Amino acid sequence: MVRDIALGQYFPGKSIIHRLDPRVKIALTFVYIVFIFIASNFQSLGIMVALVFGILLFSGVPLKLYFKSLKAILFVVIFTSVLNLFYGGGTTLVRLFGFMEITTGGVINAVFITIRIVSLILFSSVLTFTTSPTELTDALERLMKPLKVLHVKVHEIAMMMTIALRFVPTLLEETDKIMSAQKARGADMESGGFMQRVKALIPILIPLFVSSFRRAYDLAMAMECRCYHGGEGRTKMKVLHAAPRDAAALAFTGFLCAAVVFCAVWFPPALS
Amino acid sequence: MPVIETKDLTYTYGEGTPFCKTAVDHVNLSIEKGELIGLIGHTGSGKSTLIQQLNGLLRPTSGKVLLNGRDIWAQPKKIRAVRFQVGMVFQYPEYQLFEETVLKDIAFGPGNMGLSAAEVERRAREAAELVGLSEQLLERSPFELSGGEKRRAAIAGVIAMDPDVLILDEPTAGLDPRGRDVLLSQIMSYHKVRGNTVILVSHSMEDIARIADRVLVMNSGRVEMFDTAEKVFSRDGELEKIGLRVPEITKIMAMLKSRGWPVATALTLEQAVRQLIPLLKKGAHHG
Ligand SMILES: Nc1ncnc2c1ncn2[C@@H]1O[C@H](COP(=O)(O)OP(=O)(O)OP(=O)(O)O)[C@@H](O)[C@H]1O
Ligand SMILES: [Mg+2]
Repeated sequence: MVRDIALGQYFPGKSIIHRLDPRVKIALTFVYIVFIFIASNFQSLGIMVALVFGILLFSGVPLKLYFKSLKAILFVVIFTSVLNLFYGGGTTLVRLFGFMEITTGGVINAVFITIRIVSLILFSSVLTFTTSPTELTDALERLMKPLKVLHVKVHEIAMMMTIALRFVPTLLEETDKIMSAQKARGADMESGGFMQRVKALIPILIPLFVSSFRRAYDLAMAMECRCYHGGEGRTKMKVLHAAPRDAAALAFTGFLCAAVVFCAVWFPPALS
Repeated sequence: MPVIETKDLTYTYGEGTPFCKTAVDHVNLSIEKGELIGLIGHTGSGKSTLIQQLNGLLRPTSGKVLLNGRDIWAQPKKIRAVRFQVGMVFQYPEYQLFEETVLKDIAFGPGNMGLSAAEVERRAREAAELVGLSEQLLERSPFELSGGEKRRAAIAGVIAMDPDVLILDEPTAGLDPRGRDVLLSQIMSYHKVRGNTVILVSHSMEDIARIADRVLVMNSGRVEMFDTAEKVFSRDGELEKIGLRVPEITKIMAMLKSRGWPVATALTLEQAVRQLIPLLKKGAHHG
């Protein structure tokens, strides 16, 4: 059924990671992305990997779910690491078709890149698993506020994102219902060639569009009735507050970043 | 032979997850050809889940649905044929309309059956007449109709497939009192003209009492009662316990009876009036 498609991946919980300020979590994710590229040898990368695994364990989200999100990008990981096998210096290990060489340097590159990608995915999965979509948009709105100087409609963008996220499950349910209704009238969506299948979508898409517009219209009306007039002078019911734990998380990350920089400078680089 | 039978029919949503919910629980039913069945039950009692299994939209978790004695899932590839035989009108069916004209939309179902174009149009026009849609409406866009007209067009779209069994999930929800009455009489006359089996889900005890031959009462996924309307609505205590009630007029007659009036149970206003008028006249003479 359509409904089974997992959307957003929020996994409710009460772990320390869940309770961190979403702004801090987003900021730390960016910091992590930057530092995973600063980490240029196995020593510094080791710190990054240790960090992500520590957070995984603290997040209270079943590890199975992390594996699932890794599975989704398995192809990308395999593709890049195989490609990397053939680039790099060092002694030749295997020679393929006469001109392709797998070298020691290439193997190290492949392993290194794989670890980088996997840690990146795991870290961003932590963000989406432990932060609800509303928190995310809320935090994004707050973080993007400086862009207002450039006349970017930050509040409007955030509101649009919130509404879109809110209506995805509703629309999925509606799609389910319309599909059932058309199937009951003998609509055949499982067989036939490509053109036939595209045609079979019409009886579903048209009612879906019609009801989306109706919903959008109703929602706009309801918002107007409650005097919604955009972001100007609007206050929040749930104001984001940074707590001591957020400061602690920032400080801890700062310390690790310094360690990563130190290792990256002190030890020779691994990539060739 | 019964037209529809179920054997230990069970349906569980989200099987194998922590959120699993058994919505239909070992239901055994037998519905004869030509019956008009009223299906009632508290919200969430599994009515919609039950009926969606009868035309193969949901596949039972366990148990069987027999249509004319044959298991509908014996050949899963042929399930579409079952859907033509068991027509299903969903709740708020007007949201399924999509064609350019009302006539084309009504013809969508029969069109999928592989009939000739002439036959499809004949059926569509006949169905439109049965639900009381006038000729000039048929050439209009379905999105220009009023709510009640849309509802009728959607119902015609299912009737046009000429199913042996017609299932309607709360067809009168959201209609004004007049619209409800008209729609109900149309369903009754459809039932009389075609002689087909009809299953009607409704939250209105008055509607059910008025038209149903037999009443099927569901409670938390199980069949609580399945009997004639008189018998079901005479068990008002039990009905109230599972969040239902008897029609207002049935209750009034029961109260009169308990106060010593010589009246029998009545399911509709007309039945009650027929009993009460003579009594009141007599009372006036004596008084
Ligand atoms: N798609 C679904 N996924 C999970 N649970 C569901 C789903 N659809 C229905 N249920 C659950 O199954 C139970 C029966 O639902 P069903 O829709 O059959 O009830 P109903 O008798 O038709 O109610 P109503 O009178 O409100 O239409 C309910 O408890 C409902 O929460
Ligand atoms: Mg229902």
